[in-house]
Amino acid sequence: MSSRNNLPILAFSAAGLLGLAVVLALLVAPEDADQGVSQRIFYFHVPIALTAYACFGLGAWKALRLLWVGGERRDLESYTWIHQGTIFGALTLITGSIWAKASWGVWWSWGSNQLVLFLVLFLFYCAYFMLRFSIEEGARRERICAVYALFGVALIPVSFFAIRLASDFIHPTVFNRDGPQMTGTMFGAFLVCWAAITLLAYVMYRTELVGKRTDANLRELREALS
Amino acid sequence: MSAFALYTADVVALARKDLKLELRARDTLPAMLLFVLSTLAVFHFALPAGTSDDAAFGLLWIAIIFTALLGLARAWAPEREGGALDGLVLAPCDRSAIWLGKTLATFAFLAAAELVALPAFALFFAPVDLVAVAGVVLASIGICAVGSLLAAMAAASRGREVILPLLFLPLSIPLVVGGVGAGISPEGATYLSFLGLYDLVFAILAWATFEYVVTE
Amino acid sequence: MSQGQYVALAYGVVLVFVLLWVAIIATKLTRLERETGELAEIARGRDTDG
Repeated sequence: MSSRNNLPILAFSAAGLLGLAVVLALLVAPEDADQGVSQRIFYFHVPIALTAYACFGLGAWKALRLLWVGGERRDLESYTWIHQGTIFGALTLITGSIWAKASWGVWWSWGSNQLVLFLVLFLFYCAYFMLRFSIEEGARRERICAVYALFGVALIPVSFFAIRLASDFIHPTVFNRDGPQMTGTMFGAFLVCWAAITLLAYVMYRTELVGKRTDANLRELREALS
Repeated sequence: MSAFALYTADVVALARKDLKLELRARDTLPAMLLFVLSTLAVFHFALPAGTSDDAAFGLLWIAIIFTALLGLARAWAPEREGGALDGLVLAPCDRSAIWLGKTLATFAFLAAAELVALPAFALFFAPVDLVAVAGVVLASIGICAVGSLLAAMAAASRGREVILPLLFLPLSIPLVVGGVGAGISPEGATYLSFLGLYDLVFAILAWATFEYVVTE
Repeated sequence: MSQGQYVALAYGVVLVFVLLWVAIIATKLTRLERETGELAEIARGRDTDG
């Protein structure tokens, strides 16, 4: 299989880029005039959220390819992307919650559309794992999980609209946080953090995939030998 | 006969099969009716005095969602337990027709339950206007469309009865938003359009992917 | 908690998550090593028999 030997390079690059990102976000970027030091959470929180969306999207893409074209490796790839998405989704919720506490004094706000959307998605994708582990391994499980992954990606925009609508009557949007008016340095720092988090997610994905494929190979070997 | 007419005939036959089974066995529909009435009664005691009508309306939707889950689980019980799904899949019809037939049958059950629930709600709690009813109808379409597909997935799993609610509840959140909004918001029409959008997107998705869920 | 401490908490949580992930991968690797060892045993046993 192609690119198997570039994983170490990617991993070291991710480490370096993350180090740079942390330095930029915490030390180099100027402090935000309105929100103060707590705004620095944004440098990681937003890339983590974007990465989670990307992971779910890639999981759905691999799922679509599985249904269209087939191939067992796509099942593992889809599964691993969704796993990464769930990890980064959980991180989005946690960092978002901390930011909410720092900015508004509450750990949770139903008025924060992004937080609520991630909660819904997180619940949805946790159910993905429940579903996957309750079905016998095989082609059927692959297809069912793939279909569920497609539903997830359809749910993202639909939920987004639903939550926007709901904020009219469930909770008025009490807290408003405008996207920071970013200076050039701030924007640069944001981009570096985004690249670093994306690369981190990709490295984690590739590493997990190695583990899962090795697992599958070992099982085949075991069957062949016994 | 054209392919479309054949397809429709299959769907109707499948839906009628489920409805006839229910007419004979009479276990799903009475359970749903009693469940929804009992739930409404519990809500009366669960709501503190002076709660707004809007809050009560929200609880109506919880009742509808869980009654639907009951109906979905029972609708797929023959396939899940008796292995009748394998037989259905072998039948010479488009697999998606199975989904559509099931969806129509479940919708009939759910509509019957709502025909009881809505007047009961109007009696116990607060009046229900036309926009709210439209919301109930539109959301029920979505519930049955998505629920049928998820119930087929649950039928393939070993995971006990709890797996269907776990799969269904996150997907039902937009429907609840739409339904409650249609009932209590002054801009009910927006919520109705939203429900229509949900129904369109997810019904097409379910119709297209059902085959992959049930094939061995 | 001061604002700065919240920032530290947020970044710290990210670090902990990644470290937990490393721990889980490490556990998996150990298991894979054990299983490969067992398979090597079986293969060796086969060789001496055959």
